[in-house]
Amino acid sequence: MSTRRPTVAIVVFPGSNDDRDAAWALGAMGAEPVFVWHDETELPYETGAVLLPGGFSYGDYLRCGSMASVAPAMDAVRRFAEGGGLVLGVCNGFQILCEARLLPGVLRPNRQLEFVCDDVAVRVENPATVFTSRCRDGQELVLPVKHGEGAWFADEGTFVGLAARGQIVLRYAQNVNGSLGAVAGVVNERGNVMGLMPHPEHAVDPLLGSADGGLLLAALVDAASERVLAAA
Amino acid sequence: MRATVLIRPKQGILDPQGEAVQGSLRKLGFAVGQVRVGRLVDVEVEVEANGSDDARAQIKRMCDELLANPLIESYEIRLEGS
Repeated sequence: MSTRRPTVAIVVFPGSNDDRDAAWALGAMGAEPVFVWHDETELPYETGAVLLPGGFSYGDYLRCGSMASVAPAMDAVRRFAEGGGLVLGVCNGFQILCEARLLPGVLRPNRQLEFVCDDVAVRVENPATVFTSRCRDGQELVLPVKHGEGAWFADEGTFVGLAARGQIVLRYAQNVNGSLGAVAGVVNERGNVMGLMPHPEHAVDPLLGSADGGLLLAALVDAASERVLAAA
Repeated sequence: MRATVLIRPKQGILDPQGEAVQGSLRKLGFAVGQVRVGRLVDVEVEVEANGSDDARAQIKRMCDELLANPLIESYEIRLEGS
């Protein structure tokens, strides 16, 4: 039994601000977090998973996540994802993955045009993904949200297809931002890239109000461990 | 060569910013219908003289790859002097 901690690469863009919380939380879940600066062109050797953190990359210029989606590090992330590597995007990270077209849809300004900052309940719609393997079907997770542009949108045909294939992974119990179908998180068709607006890394200890985020991050670390072991 | 790109939320796409601006204009007493808020980008493209077709093709690629998100935005390219 190997006790090696799997490497999770956290890509840091100018304006990322949840990278350190993500590193702390992933460390607590048994991973070895490694920061990757946005202009690096390779991920660390033996990267088991990638996390794109929350924040305001490039000052949210043009559209949230659009500038980051073409950063050099994203070429490496794209190659990693295309090879089947696990990628989780949180908040701005979700926006970046949509802008990079690694995930379907796009995040739009909140319906109410107000920044939303709250602990919210999200329902697990698909517990069969690698990211939700520690969750039960229909389980409600309490996770914080803090975003101004979190209203997920896709055209109707795309949305219907995603729902039919189980790619809508998380929905808000109460739609906090006007997302189509109250979508809070989606996974790609292959099942190795997921994005969500709520912040699991801020909810890994009861002292923070909820430890439910640990279920998602621990599942990522589980899967990253298995992949690193399988490759060894 | 200089170009101006006009980027607009596609018809049917909810534009809460436009709605907010509409509300404020009405508060000021203006009788306005729908208001939509988009974005304008001025770009200088380095191309050979008489290269306006090339410039247009390049700007179209810029729009598709970065300046606009085709899921929600349409764009219009205006080349200076054309």
